Amino acid sequence: MKLVNPANKRKYHVIVVGTGLAGASAAASLAELGYNVKAFCFQDSARRAHSIGAQGGINAAKNYQNDGDSIWRLFYDTIKGGDFRSREGNVYRLAQVANNIIDQCVAQGVPFAREYGGMLDNRSFGGAQVSRTFYARGQTGQQLLLGAYSALIRQIGRGQVKMFPRTEMQDLVLINGHAKGIVVRDLVTGKIESHAADAVVLATGGYGRVFNLSTMGLGCNVTAVYRAYKRGALFANPCFTQIHPTCIPYSGEFQSKLTLMSESLRNDGRIWVPKKKGDQRPPNRIPEDERDYYLERKYPSFGNLAPRDISSRSAKEVCDEGRGVGPTGYGVYLDFADAIKRLGKHIIEQRYGNLFEMYHLITDEDPYEVPMRIYPASHYTMGGLWVDYNLMSNIPGLHVIGEANFSDHGANRLGASALMQGLADGYFILPYTISDYFARAGAQNISTDRAEFRAAENEVEDRIKKIMAVNGRQTAESFHKRLGTIMWEYSGMARNETGLKKALELIPALREEFWKDVKVLGEAEDMNQTLERAGRVADFLEFAEIFAYDALNREESCGAHFREEYQTEDGEARRDDKRFAYVAAWEYKGVGIKPELHKEPLDFENVELATRSYK
Amino acid sequence: MNLTLHVWRQKNAQDKGRMETYQAHDITPDMSFLEMLDVVNEELVAKGIEPIHFDHDCREGICGACSLVINGIPHGGKRGCTTCELRMRNFKDGDEIYVEPFRARAFPVVKDLMVNRSAFDRILQAGGFVSVNTGAVPDGNAVPIPKTDADRAMDAAACIGCGACVAACKNASAMLFVAAKVTHLAWLPQGKVERERRVKKMVAQMDKEGFGNCTNYYECEAVCPKNIRVEVIARMNREYLRALPKKIE
Ligand SMILES: Cc1cc2nc3c(=O)[nH]c(=O)nc-3n(C[C@H](O)[C@H](O)[C@H](O)COP(=O)(O)OP(=O)(O)OC[C@H]3O[C@@H](n4cnc5c(N)ncnc54)[C@H](O)[C@@H]3O)c2cc1C
Ligand code: FES
Repeated sequence: MKLVNPANKRKYHVIVVGTGLAGASAAASLAELGYNVKAFCFQDSARRAHSIGAQGGINAAKNYQNDGDSIWRLFYDTIKGGDFRSREGNVYRLAQVANNIIDQCVAQGVPFAREYGGMLDNRSFGGAQVSRTFYARGQTGQQLLLGAYSALIRQIGRGQVKMFPRTEMQDLVLINGHAKGIVVRDLVTGKIESHAADAVVLATGGYGRVFNLSTMGLGCNVTAVYRAYKRGALFANPCFTQIHPTCIPYSGEFQSKLTLMSESLRNDGRIWVPKKKGDQRPPNRIPEDERDYYLERKYPSFGNLAPRDISSRSAKEVCDEGRGVGPTGYGVYLDFADAIKRLGKHIIEQRYGNLFEMYHLITDEDPYEVPMRIYPASHYTMGGLWVDYNLMSNIPGLHVIGEANFSDHGANRLGASALMQGLADGYFILPYTISDYFARAGAQNISTDRAEFRAAENEVEDRIKKIMAVNGRQTAESFHKRLGTIMWEYSGMARNETGLKKALELIPALREEFWKDVKVLGEAEDMNQTLERAGRVADFLEFAEIFAYDALNREESCGAHFREEYQTEDGEARRDDKRFAYVAAWEYKGVGIKPELHKEPLDFENVELATRSYK
Repeated sequence: MNLTLHVWRQKNAQDKGRMETYQAHDITPDMSFLEMLDVVNEELVAKGIEPIHFDHDCREGICGACSLVINGIPHGGKRGCTTCELRMRNFKDGDEIYVEPFRARAFPVVKDLMVNRSAFDRILQAGGFVSVNTGAVPDGNAVPIPKTDADRAMDAAACIGCGACVAACKNASAMLFVAAKVTHLAWLPQGKVERERRVKKMVAQMDKEGFGNCTNYYECEAVCPKNIRVEVIARMNREYLRALPKKIE
C-alpha cells in the first residue's frame, strides 16, 4: 500500500457524495488528514442522511460481556450470516476495526447506553449467540450520525470541507478513464454545475426503494451509483436485497413508507400466529395451545433471533397458508406479554419505550396491551457497486463506501452490521486505502473547463429537458408504485424463473410508458420536487432490469435470495457452491440490453463452506 | 373524510407568498399528515397545478426534515409527535386546516412550506462537537460514566434539529436547540474539556444568526417532538455563566 506524505496531502482534492455514516465519517477523516474535501447531500442538512433512522445498534467484538466473543467470531458470524457469498479478506478487516469504532464514537460524545457501574451496555441481535450490540436507546443511528456529523462540521468550520446540501449528483465525469469529477443539480435553483477532484467517493446509500415501499427514507435512490454504472462501473450482486421481518404491516394504497420496528424487539418479543387458518379472534382470546410460535418451533437454538432472511420467509409462509393476522391477513404477532410478566412493564419501557410509542402513534394500538402486528418489508441492499479490497471500483479513482458498495454482507446482512460497516469504511479504511490511488495517480489539479465536463453537463441537461417535455398524464409517483408492485411480486422474498422472466417483460414496458406519459410540472430552473422524483424513478426503471437479470442468473438459494426451485424438502435454502460461489458483477451495455456478467470467484481459505443452519 | 386546506404558497424566497385553498378528498384515518398532502398533490398535478413543496425524508420522526405549522402549531400539537408521524385520525370530516411554513427571521422560506434551516448547522459548526480526530482515542470503557449521566446526556441528544422550538417561540429563540446540544455534551466527561469554549461560541453564533432571546414562554417545550425539557436551558445558562469570566481563543 502506497502512502501520501502529510505535506503533500493538501495538494489533493476529494469529492464525497453522501453524508450518511459512511460519507460523513470519510469526509471528516480525510479532512483531518489534510485532504481538501467537497461533500454533497440532497437533504437540507448533512445531519438528515438516511443513517439517522437506524434504530437498533452497532456490533463490535469487544467481549465486554465475557461471553466468548472475539474478532474471529464476529468475522465468522458475518461470513455465515451472509451465506458464504462475501469476501473473506474484507470481512475479516471489518471485524478487526469494529472495536475502534466504538472507542471513536465514545470519544466524540455518543451517549451509548450504560450499566449502573458506568460501563457500556450490550444487547443481542439476530444471527449471533453473543451479546455484542452497542446501542443508544432506539436511536443508535441518529446518535452515531450526529457523532460523525459533528466531526464533519468541525472540518467545515476549519474550511477543510466545503459542504453542498440540497445538491444532487447527476453524473460521474471520467478523464482518461479515471473518475475526476461529478455533475450536480442545485436543488434550490435547478442549476447544473460541475465539480472536479482527484478522486470521487460515492457514499450514497442503498437502493431499497426500487420496491417503492420500504423502510428507507423517501429520498433514497439509485441515481448516483446507477449513473456511475452507466459510465462503466460494475454493479455487483444487485439481487441481494434484505427484506426485514419486523415492520408495521401495509395498510392502504396511500402508503408512502413502511416503518421498521427494530429487530432488538425480538430480544423480548415472541412471534406467533394462530394455529388455525382464518382465526379472527382477538389475540388475547386465543389460548396458548392454539398459538404457533413458529420460529421457536422451527429453529429451537436461535428461536425468535433467527436471521432476518429466515424470519421474513417464515412470516410469508404462515401468511400464505392463510394464518396471517390483521385486516389484510399479511401480518404476524410480536408479543411482549411474557416479557412484561417476567421483567415488569418498567423494564420493557426502558428498553423499547420510544419504539412502543412510535407503534402506538402509527397504529393507534397500545403494544403494552395487545401484541404488535408486523410484516416483512424491503430494508437494506447488500448489492452495490463492485469494489476491490481498497474499496475502489473498477474505474480508477472511483471509491464506493457504506451501503452503496457490495463488499461485506454477502447474500444477507446481520442486524447491527450496516452501521459498523459504514463507519469502518469511512473512519478507518478509505482514508488509508485512498492514498494508494493518489500515490499512483498523482495530484492533477483538474479544471472543470475541460470538454469532458461540458459533455456530461449537456447530457444531464438534455435528459432533464426530455423528462420535462413528455408532458403526459401520469405522475412519477404512480410509476414508482407500479414498479414497486412488479418488484415485490416477482423479485421479492421468493423468486422463480417464470416470475423473473415476467418481470423482465413488465419492466421495459413500464419504462416505455413512463417516457411517453409521465407528467412533470413546474420548471427545471427552479426548486422542483416532482422533477427530482421523476429523475430518480427513471433510474429505478432501468436499474430494476439488472436486478431481475441477476436474480434470474443465480440459480441457487442463498441468504436473502430465495429461488423457489432451489430448496430442500423442508423449505430451507439450497445453496450451490459449485456453480455460484462467485460475485456477479454486471457491466452496462445499453438501456434495455442484457448487461454482461463478470464473475469474481470467492475463495475461502479460513472458513469451511458449511450449510447455514440455525436449528 | 373530506377536508378543506388553506396552504401557504410561495414560489421562492423573493416571492411574497399567499394562502391558497384546496380540498382534500377521501382521506382515511390511518394516513399520516404528509400522506394526506401526497394525495392532495396528486390531485393538483392532475389539474396542472404545481404540487405543494415541503421537506420530508424519513417519515418516521427522526430525521427532522419535516416541519409545517398546522393550525398555528408547529407539528400540529400532538405531544411528542412530528408532522410525518401525525395521523389523520386526529382530524374529523369537514375540518378546515391551515398549513404554513415554520416562520422565523433566521429561517427564510425556500419554496411553499420549505424553509432554510442552515443557521442550525452554523451554530453547531461553531462548537457543537468534541475536538477529537479519528484514531488515537482510549478504549470505550476507559472512563466509566454513571448511568444517570449517560441517560441525561441521551435525553438532550434526542433533539432532531427540526426547528419547531424556534417556530413556536414569540421571539423566534433557538435556545432549546442550542441548550440541548450544550447539555448533551456537558453531561459527559468527553464534553467537559471544551465546555467553556463550546457554550460561548455557540451562543455567539446563535445571536449572529438573528434568533431572538428567551423570555421563558416555554412554548418550545410544548411543541418539541422529542420532549426536550426546558431544564436544558437552565443548564446552558449555568454553563454560560461559568464560562463568562474565562478567556477562550
Ligand atoms: C429504519 C432503518 C433502521 C436501521 N437500523 C439499523 C441498525 O439498527 N443497525 C445497523 O447496523 N443498520 C441499520 N440500518 C441500516 C443502516 O442504517 C444503513 O445501511 C446505513 O445507515 C447506510 O449508511 P450510508 O452512509 O451508506 O448511506 P445513507 O445514510 O443512506 O446516506 C446516503 C447519503 O447519500 C446522499 N445521496 C444519495 N444519493 C445522492 C445523490 N444522487 N446526490 C447527492 N447525494 C446523494 C444522501 O443525501 C445521504 O447523505 C437501518 C436501516 C433502516 C432503513
Ligand atoms: S420526515 Fe423525518 S422527521 Fe418527519
